[in-house]
Amino acid sequence: MTATAEGAAPVVIEAPRARRTRHGKGSRTNFEMYSWIFMRMSGLLLIVLVLGHLLIMNVLDSGVQRINFGFVAGRWASPFWRTWDLMQLWLAELHGTNGLRTVINDYAVRDSTRFWLKMLLYTSAFLVLVLGTLVIFTFDPTIK
Amino acid sequence: MTVTDERPTVEVAEHQRLVTLKIRRYDPEVGPEATWQEFQVPVEKGDRLLDALHHVKWYIDGSLSFRRSCAHGVCGSDAMRINGVNRLSCKVLVKDLGEVITIEPIKGLTVLKDLIVDMDPFFEAFKSIKPFLITNGNAPTRERLQSAEDRARFDDSTKCIMCAACTTSCPVFWNDEAYFGPQAIVMAHRFIFDSRDEGADERLEILNEKEGVWRCRTTFNCTDACPRGIQVTKAIQEVKRALIFRKV
Repeated sequence: MTATAEGAAPVVIEAPRARRTRHGKGSRTNFEMYSWIFMRMSGLLLIVLVLGHLLIMNVLDSGVQRINFGFVAGRWASPFWRTWDLMQLWLAELHGTNGLRTVINDYAVRDSTRFWLKMLLYTSAFLVLVLGTLVIFTFDPTIK
Repeated sequence: MTVTDERPTVEVAEHQRLVTLKIRRYDPEVGPEATWQEFQVPVEKGDRLLDALHHVKWYIDGSLSFRRSCAHGVCGSDAMRINGVNRLSCKVLVKDLGEVITIEPIKGLTVLKDLIVDMDPFFEAFKSIKPFLITNGNAPTRERLQSAEDRARFDDSTKCIMCAACTTSCPVFWNDEAYFGPQAIVMAHRFIFDSRDEGADERLEILNEKEGVWRCRTTFNCTDACPRGIQVTKAIQEVKRALIFRKV
């Protein structure tokens, strides 16, 4: 059907992208649903946690100038602020990681690109979470 | 022979005016690249964009290809990207589109020629949500009755004419055809919320998949694109809610 000039290769209409299979093969889990709900819930909590954090650190008293080792040590003497910061760390990191995961799912075309971008993402999230949690739990105010 | 402008002088009657149609042309038999081509078309006040396209096809360039059937906004054949948004060419008036009108095929599907795209992935998604009545047990000896309230529950999603304007306006679909797309979800909504149908769980499971409703980013492009005025994003959100609470 396709008319081509003599000797020329037939013109191929390329698909906009490599087609991916779907429908019926997907694993029947509720993972995407829970991740969707998590984004909404963590988002709501983060509004309170992060805005509160910014207010305390940057506005109240004399603002950001007063922050030093002693100030942090003073706050973390209270389990309340440790819990606050721990929740903030975990929720923000997981919220951001999940957001980037959906961005990768939406925009990375090749399966291998998806895989490696996600591996990079999960590794960085793991490091941040482990390091942050470690600091919050093992913080030593008497350190020199 | 003297060289003249290739374009013949366009005759414009008193009650007409000239508009420029800038059309994305692609013909695999001519070349692998899509190009823009401009046409000067005389239009009348009440003309639809489809009339202007007909003028091009009938009087200027018969090779221009586009789909249209009923030409009255019912069959859903002539969805195209007009001035950057998905519309039916038979439902928009030229007077609302400015002097230069850009016309492209709908996005995210393989272009076959000019404004004609391969609709297969779109219909695949539609078929996969089982767009037919599912019931258990013996068929009743009379028609399946439904109250007016029950009918109203899914009235909006029955209006779909499957023109693909919504699905091909969705940024998620542009980048990943594996996503079911708004149309398939609207069609699932039409059955999920139908009191006579008993296949809601089955369809909800299908839409709960990785490529299902959770990929919707609520950009509302679909709602804006729908020529039937269906609240597409709302329908998708209702399916999400039905999934979360497992209640129809």
